[in-house]
Amino acid sequence: MRIGIDVGGTNTDAVLMDGDSVLADAKVTTTPDVTDGIVRAVQRLREQRDFDPAALTGVMLGTTHFINAIVEARDLAPTAAIRLGLPATQSLPPLVGWPDNLVSAIGGHTYLCHGGHEYDGRVISELDPGELHRIADELAVNEVRSVAITSVFSLVNSEFELRAAEILAERLPGLRVSLSHEVGRTGLLERENATVINAALGELAERICDGMVATLRTIGLHAPLYLSQNDGTLMGVDYARQYPVMTFASGPTNSMRGAAYLSGVDDCAVVDVGGTTTDVGMLHRGFPREASAEVSVGGIRTNFRMPDVLSFGVGGGSLVRHEGADVKVGPESVGYRLQDEALVFGGETLTATDLVVAAGLTRIGDPERVASLDRDLVSAGLDYVTDRITGTIDRMRTSRALVPVVLVGGGSVLLPEELPLASSVLRPEQFAVANAVGAAIAQISGDVDRIFAIQSGQRDAALDTAKQEATDRALIAGASPGTVEIVEVEEIPLAYLPGNATRIRVKAVGDLAQSTSAPSPVAHGRGVR
Amino acid sequence: MAWDLQLTDLPDLARGSALLGAGGGGDPYLGESLAADALKSGAGSVRFLDPDELGEDSLVVTTAMLGAPTVLVEKLPNGTEAALALRALEQRLGRPVTATMPAECGGMNSMVPLLAAAQLALPVVDADGMGRAFPELSMTTFGACGLPGSPMAMADEHGSVAVVETGSDNRRLESLARALAVSMGASASIAIYPMSGRDVRRTAVPRTVSTAVRLGRAVREAQERHSDPFSALQEALPHTVYRHGRVVFSGKVVDVERRTADGFARGRAVVAPDRAVADRTATDSTAADNASADGAEAMCELVFQNENLVARVGGRTVAVVPDLVTVLHADSGEPITTEGLSFGQRVRVFVISAPDRLCTPEALATFGPRAFGVDEDYRPAAPLP
Repeated sequence: MRIGIDVGGTNTDAVLMDGDSVLADAKVTTTPDVTDGIVRAVQRLREQRDFDPAALTGVMLGTTHFINAIVEARDLAPTAAIRLGLPATQSLPPLVGWPDNLVSAIGGHTYLCHGGHEYDGRVISELDPGELHRIADELAVNEVRSVAITSVFSLVNSEFELRAAEILAERLPGLRVSLSHEVGRTGLLERENATVINAALGELAERICDGMVATLRTIGLHAPLYLSQNDGTLMGVDYARQYPVMTFASGPTNSMRGAAYLSGVDDCAVVDVGGTTTDVGMLHRGFPREASAEVSVGGIRTNFRMPDVLSFGVGGGSLVRHEGADVKVGPESVGYRLQDEALVFGGETLTATDLVVAAGLTRIGDPERVASLDRDLVSAGLDYVTDRITGTIDRMRTSRALVPVVLVGGGSVLLPEELPLASSVLRPEQFAVANAVGAAIAQISGDVDRIFAIQSGQRDAALDTAKQEATDRALIAGASPGTVEIVEVEEIPLAYLPGNATRIRVKAVGDLAQSTSAPSPVAHGRGVR
Repeated sequence: MAWDLQLTDLPDLARGSALLGAGGGGDPYLGESLAADALKSGAGSVRFLDPDELGEDSLVVTTAMLGAPTVLVEKLPNGTEAALALRALEQRLGRPVTATMPAECGGMNSMVPLLAAAQLALPVVDADGMGRAFPELSMTTFGACGLPGSPMAMADEHGSVAVVETGSDNRRLESLARALAVSMGASASIAIYPMSGRDVRRTAVPRTVSTAVRLGRAVREAQERHSDPFSALQEALPHTVYRHGRVVFSGKVVDVERRTADGFARGRAVVAPDRAVADRTATDSTAADNASADGAEAMCELVFQNENLVARVGGRTVAVVPDLVTVLHADSGEPITTEGLSFGQRVRVFVISAPDRLCTPEALATFGPRAFGVDEDYRPAAPLP
């Protein structure tokens, strides 16, 4: 048995699952101190279905806490960005293009040092321990407690990042270190940015993770705690302490994965309708399609693996405005005041929910209050919502074929049972807690992303090496042997380079092993060569 | 007329250069960041000279970065390489350089001369030798007009400098430069094609940097007004050396195939027609854009070698190099590089007619379809009727 929890901005959802079945579900309001909401959600589960805490193999948690800390520039640690690459890279120093408020929130300490590798593994310049010793002295004076170390082409060779970390840690016991080859992909500035963000979140991550573990202990849950990450897979709580940045996009990912699980459809469009917004994403073999372009977080360019999700402002609480035959729904919304303001609840505001009730599609509140609504207005409003969603699905779909559509989220009652462009429309039971289900069923992954020099006739051997590395990393991270499969292979030949230098990205995914101990961060395989 | 490029013009220049890069030319964001840094640490602006303002015997040297786009975004330059190469070439020639100039106006290389210019307090000539981006140093209007690229200087971040002489053999220069660039870590800067003001006027594609700024601005302003960026481009182009451009296909990328051959990223992409609304109603405005409106199933095939070379719709060639085949995001009009093309993107294929200097028999022999192994004659893309 396991518990999945999704801590959203408005609601905290939780489910108790055993194997494939959802035994209990709960939805409570998210509290400023997120742990309160978690405790109440778990209590609800126990009221519905009492269970033996010892039978739990894991508690899986999705949270938007860390991404919000960056967006709001709060709770960030004084952080130094150390780049190894001199004499290259001076043209654009660390933190270039960062918003001023974030630079000052982390103290803006940046250093350029010798180091770095060429694309083919040659050294740009040797590491200079003297430079790092001087930096250590300055960090001590400035009370910097967290550093992000980025070396040029560290995905080709991570040696300098590891050695620099050792040198600094020797001088500064207790220093938190984030290494870029463990965090990001090729593209120095974007990877460095992700690493600095990760370093800046270190202290907050430690506090939150400790708080969550302690909270679960106090309510008698001793199963390992996992956090869900951007790609729909899990990380142990100790790993989350070190790599909070990996949780950034877990919200939409969880709802998409949950939708696939509940509906049994692996290749489909997922439409998650909330109170204020709707997210649309595409699932391929059960995993969200990743955004191909750089993703900006809080105004910072990064290259995180983020799901490719389009959002727009239509949800259950959206305002309905009409001028003659012209009817629009959203993007303004009554938000959490739906229970007071919507007509069906005795309020004064015409919302999308009122249209649904008037059309007889669902029974919420008092249908009598919307019985006299103009029929044309109701159908025009619902058509508007359908059109918005159809247009968004069309932007997302990858072929001209009709796609299965799975509807989740509390607001999905807005949508009809048939949609244009949809080969089928499914609204699974427990659609309202798909997020928490997505967290509960999350798997374990291993990634490889680096440049291989492929000799003539050796392409298959290079791909096999990459696949084996990805598989090993998934196993080290806690995947169950025998369940790991390769879900993604991408080859990008690099222009101008001889020797067929090729960037290969491989992802392996497997089911969580049924052990009761979380993988240690040291043993976690991501990025370790 | 001379004009000053300000920091605030850079995003427009980056967008316009990506557009003129026809899918190649490297990451425009990186070029923009580098140029911004150079302007901020320099005078804040760079002076651009019209080719007509150059003295007959002034000495102009083009500057550029050379390397694999994926390496450029990882091993960033230290920023002084282009100035170093320019100084080395100056020394070799034994006379001071009057101005620098982009070798290509497509992609990040339209911005690299700004680095050298800001550091050496030199003006930049508003012209280039490609009118777009091409993958080889020998593929220039300068070369097509008989100008030698050599002597050429190449510098890396360590301050290593090589000067290469190949007389008037520009193909040999290209192959030596490539070997040198690889040994410099696949990212280096060059100063190449030294020429007189007279030669600039005779051989260069004029006013391409100001054109890039203008086109980039047209797209941005259309986005800000929520009007159609494609019509904005169509209206801006007749005022430039490019004369006209239009959407030849709208749809969704359904296949991208890449391979490395002879050191280039070669490949093809397939765009399927967008039938967004047609599935539901009879009025489909996007499908009407497609040249294939009569044959509804026709796909658009793009062939590229770093840059897009050919666009075919339903097997029929609608545009071929040196005309500029660019792929733009269907909604925003933002250009997409060939490395950035991916499955599922909704795009429009936009064709811009090549400037006259790219269409002479000598130019077509240097960078026409057959120079890329495309066995067709160049036929200019037709303007809108």
